[in-house]
Amino acid sequence: MEFLYFPGCTLYTKAKNLDEAGRECAKALGFELKELSNWTCCGAAFPLAKDNIMALAPPARILAKAKEEGSTLTTLCSVCFNVIKRTNRLIQEDEEKREKINTFIEMDYQGDVRVLHYLEILKREVGFESIRGAVKRDLQGLKVAPFYGCMLLRPAEEMEFDDKEAPTIFEEFLESIACEPVDFPYKIECCGAFQSVGAPEVATECAYAILISALRNGAEAVTTTCPLCQFNLDSKQKEIRERHNDFPGIPIIYFTQLLGLALGLPVEKLEFHRNDVDPRPLLEKKGLL
Amino acid sequence: MGKVGVVMCPCELEGMTLFDPEVLVEGLKGRKDVLPLIHHQPVCSESGVEAIRAFMEGNGLDRVVMACSKPELFGPTFKKALRQWGLNPSLSGVLGIRPTAERKGSDDLQEALHVIEEGIDEIKRRKPAKGEKTPFVKRAMVIGGGITGITASIDLGNGGYEVLLVDRLPSIGGRMLQLSETFPTLDCAQCTLTPKTVETGQHPHIRLITYAEIESVSGEVGNFLVKIRRKAAYVDWEKCTGCGLCQEKCPSKVPSEFERGIGPGKAIYTLSPQAVPNKPVINPEVCRYFTEGKCRVCEKVCLTDAIDYAQEDTFIEERVGAIIVATGFDLYRKEDIGEYGYGDVPDVIDGLAFERLNSASGPTAGEIRRPSDGHIPKEVVFIQCVASRDPERYMPYCSRACCMYTAKHARLYKHKVHDGHAYIFYMDIRSMGKGYEEFIQQGMEEGILYLRGRVSRLFRDNGHVVVWGADTLTGKKVEIAADMVVLATAMIPSRGAKELAEKLHIGTDEYGFLTEAQCKLYPVESGVEGIYLAGCAQGPKDIADTVAQGNAAASKVQALFAQH
Repeated sequence: MEFLYFPGCTLYTKAKNLDEAGRECAKALGFELKELSNWTCCGAAFPLAKDNIMALAPPARILAKAKEEGSTLTTLCSVCFNVIKRTNRLIQEDEEKREKINTFIEMDYQGDVRVLHYLEILKREVGFESIRGAVKRDLQGLKVAPFYGCMLLRPAEEMEFDDKEAPTIFEEFLESIACEPVDFPYKIECCGAFQSVGAPEVATECAYAILISALRNGAEAVTTTCPLCQFNLDSKQKEIRERHNDFPGIPIIYFTQLLGLALGLPVEKLEFHRNDVDPRPLLEKKGLL
Repeated sequence: MGKVGVVMCPCELEGMTLFDPEVLVEGLKGRKDVLPLIHHQPVCSESGVEAIRAFMEGNGLDRVVMACSKPELFGPTFKKALRQWGLNPSLSGVLGIRPTAERKGSDDLQEALHVIEEGIDEIKRRKPAKGEKTPFVKRAMVIGGGITGITASIDLGNGGYEVLLVDRLPSIGGRMLQLSETFPTLDCAQCTLTPKTVETGQHPHIRLITYAEIESVSGEVGNFLVKIRRKAAYVDWEKCTGCGLCQEKCPSKVPSEFERGIGPGKAIYTLSPQAVPNKPVINPEVCRYFTEGKCRVCEKVCLTDAIDYAQEDTFIEERVGAIIVATGFDLYRKEDIGEYGYGDVPDVIDGLAFERLNSASGPTAGEIRRPSDGHIPKEVVFIQCVASRDPERYMPYCSRACCMYTAKHARLYKHKVHDGHAYIFYMDIRSMGKGYEEFIQQGMEEGILYLRGRVSRLFRDNGHVVVWGADTLTGKKVEIAADMVVLATAMIPSRGAKELAEKLHIGTDEYGFLTEAQCKLYPVESGVEGIYLAGCAQGPKDIADTVAQGNAAASKVQALFAQH
């Protein structure tokens, strides 16, 4: 099994831990992630204005290149996934915009690349049963709250990822690696997104609401698929503590790091030192390192 | 066989001629078996009908195919005219050639020609009935024993006509039987309804056929043949005295559909202590004897040996001259509404469940106690327009009764829980009935907090139902940690209404509501002569409107019968 891999900017910098662990897990599970050559920024946000097709040029170009190099494109970052998947769908369905975009990027792309998130590869291509069989380290029912955020799920009719109100793929994944998924009402809420730039206290409050809800429901850690969610939930905990003295803190772990841990990969390859709230004390306490 | 006459109506809609009759006739040029008539006035006019008569008489025609845009309107008039002229109406047909909304042009024309040609072939195949004319049967069938069907049946019975009232539940009363009090007077629903159900049950001209469904319908006005499946009750109703001992002793406690899942029912049950007829049935899906092979408690305690586990469905056939369809409504399932938790959030109930909660005959004997732990809820949120007026995701239409019943719910709650808070999320308040607006105003004075805005999500947190909504009048996000939430979910046609409509050859709209012949002038006529509609089967409405339609349908049937 070979999939084209689009890392995206953040995975080369701030989210190196999401990226490294994802690549290592692919090797351990026996599928290849072939990095797309000469990739650029995904566009970072799907345009809200209907006529702003300029913003679709970067993802369209990425897709057209992917078509030259393979048939299935995968990402780890939820935001990249959202932009690329929606652009692909638009190119498939809107003939007029397709022609405009193709003329602009001077390529001919018809929307026939399959765009899958890494989680979907785990579910549909590898299979959670196979992952269960490949587990080398028993995570002993570590209580993990899966945080979906919004980018994987919405808009549901375009993303076709999972039920937008009651998704389950993340829980199924956690069960396959012997974690105990913690259901909590904030799992599909906004992490605060880019508010952390313009109105940081808004993002801090979003993160607090999410994390306190996860803690109240018994979570020992929270897992994410998205560098932006990770940033808001992980890096803002100092500010949260300053505003809310009832907040004890909780490690935020990328799902690829948890997967790598379960697959028995060497801990240094999982780059836990890059997480702001160091998960290692928790994992050590649980005897998982 | 002689030629078949084809009459093309130059019907106009919104000022546009739908199809040029000359072009249609041109399209039929190849057929030697037809004789076309082009009339330059709409044929539904007096001169049009006269022109058809002259055309048929002049050419010795006994078979005619009419092509027009509204067959459901002109059809009955035309058939009546044929009968007057001494012709057999079953040898003629009225076809609808209304173009699609997009007016696809030549595609539409081809489609219209196709419909006409098929119609001609169908008419040619028909044979005149031999022998004596079948007598016109002056008895009516009412399908659906809710307040609408009851109203229509009593009217017809009082008019001296025999009525067969069919309901698929074991007893009549329908949705109204589940209600606690009714707006705008806050009368007890049972006290209003029970005299009617009793009157129906005892009426010398009304025969109840309950726990039964329509299997098939054939024939036409004056002579419908209806086959009815009488479901096995596993109780011999002839022997049963309705003492209720079997229900009392039945050991299985199961969630009851009638109690909307918030109260227990028994495997052998009647819908209420005042059920008409007051005879129980066994639900084999939950009965211990049927599922596990042992128990037979009801059989042991029955004093008249009425229990009969071997009973099977039976079929009866009845001839009737007219049918009134009053099959009512269901509520949109809260289990299908994701943002409100797919029915998995405890203490989120629908409007009918609240009725049961507030009903003296309900599971809490009328005390407002939330289902999860039986506590008296102190913060109750009511949400209107759930799955109504939501064209992108659910039903685009207004369910009409919810503004009023939600105000009623909130008021009844406040009357019983004096220190409780009632919040209503609404989009608009539609209170056009007599006394309705005053009823809403009274509710506001009693302290109901109306919040104009939608609720985006509900979830369980810390023993509460957290409600996230918007108050669009202050522009603020609202979060309420409620103890209970009541959803005013959309009214939808009752289960099986569409299948029944197919058996009756009457139309349904895109949501499955029965379509009337014309929404303003023929509100209770179906497209088929002799079949009438009434109540929520035709569209959402409140009790007052539904009763008016029941009266209307009954008067239509009486007028029809009086003509024969």
